[in-house]
Amino acid sequence: MPTIVVEVMPKAEILDPQGKAVAGALERLGKSAFTGVRIGKRFELTTDGPADEALLTEVRELAVEMLSNSVIEDVVSVSVLDESPAGETH
Amino acid sequence: MRIGVITFPGSLDDVDARRGVRLAGAEPVALWHGDHDLQGVDALVLPGGFSYGDYLRAGAIASRSPIMAEVIDAANSGMPVLGICNGFQMLAEARLVPGAHTRNAHQQFIRRDQVLTVENASTAWTTHFEQGEEIIVPLKNADGRFVADPATIERIEGEGQVVFRYTHVNPNGSINDIAGVCNERGNVVGLMPHPEHATEPGFGPDTEAAMASGVDGLRFFTSALDALLARA
Repeated sequence: MPTIVVEVMPKAEILDPQGKAVAGALERLGKSAFTGVRIGKRFELTTDGPADEALLTEVRELAVEMLSNSVIEDVVSVSVLDESPAGETH
Repeated sequence: MRIGVITFPGSLDDVDARRGVRLAGAEPVALWHGDHDLQGVDALVLPGGFSYGDYLRAGAIASRSPIMAEVIDAANSGMPVLGICNGFQMLAEARLVPGAHTRNAHQQFIRRDQVLTVENASTAWTTHFEQGEEIIVPLKNADGRFVADPATIERIEGEGQVVFRYTHVNPNGSINDIAGVCNERGNVVGLMPHPEHATEPGFGPDTEAAMASGVDGLRFFTSALDALLARA
């Protein structure tokens, strides 16, 4: 069953209170290597049919029009999940 | 005059909004998100609440409801539309008003009786206010931080599309203390605070005069009623 992955992040200039809270927690834990944390979203869309170019085009449109809000977020990537044992997205 | 209030899954303040409409002297009409029918109403209120549990983004899923096709057509043809809190988030998601909302800067849900300054007293929902008047309207939200890119902020500030500004306290980190905005035409207004909770003595926000006596919210609805009567 193919899975299409959409990743969305808050725009760099938008305050990300969640990320800021996690960054504060890391600092309190003494994890001083990190200068910032930002939290985004990952959507996994599964389909019974092939994840072909036509479907990917549709998902790219959906990613911009519905899964993200371009005022505050950017679509970072749209990819098909590789289901081979050493699976990586491509 | 008939003012419709749309109930979405997770709306909380639809009944209070209908009450505000009635107290202002108009007839409230309950509308349902899943219908493609505005039942011939003269104006619309998108009420507050947590539609779809704020999943995806606050107001995002509700803004794609069946009835929103009719709402967008009506808004674009000049019908007075008021979005309150979650309704404001829906209007922004539907691109009927500029901007978007993110989590409050301090990350907390907040409820307070909020002082607002009326920055534009010529929209369909604000003619019964004075320009620059300070009013008190209850505020309660988690995702109330109004944001937009600098060019949009400059444009809406210049064009009088900032309708309300938080005064004395910025409760959520909104850019330029913006509490409410309108579309270019001024018939569509969205704000985070809740005018429907300030429509009846004894049940409103505290004022200097007496506890729970604030009724500034009533004038949102009487303004719309006037706008409709002027058009009729």
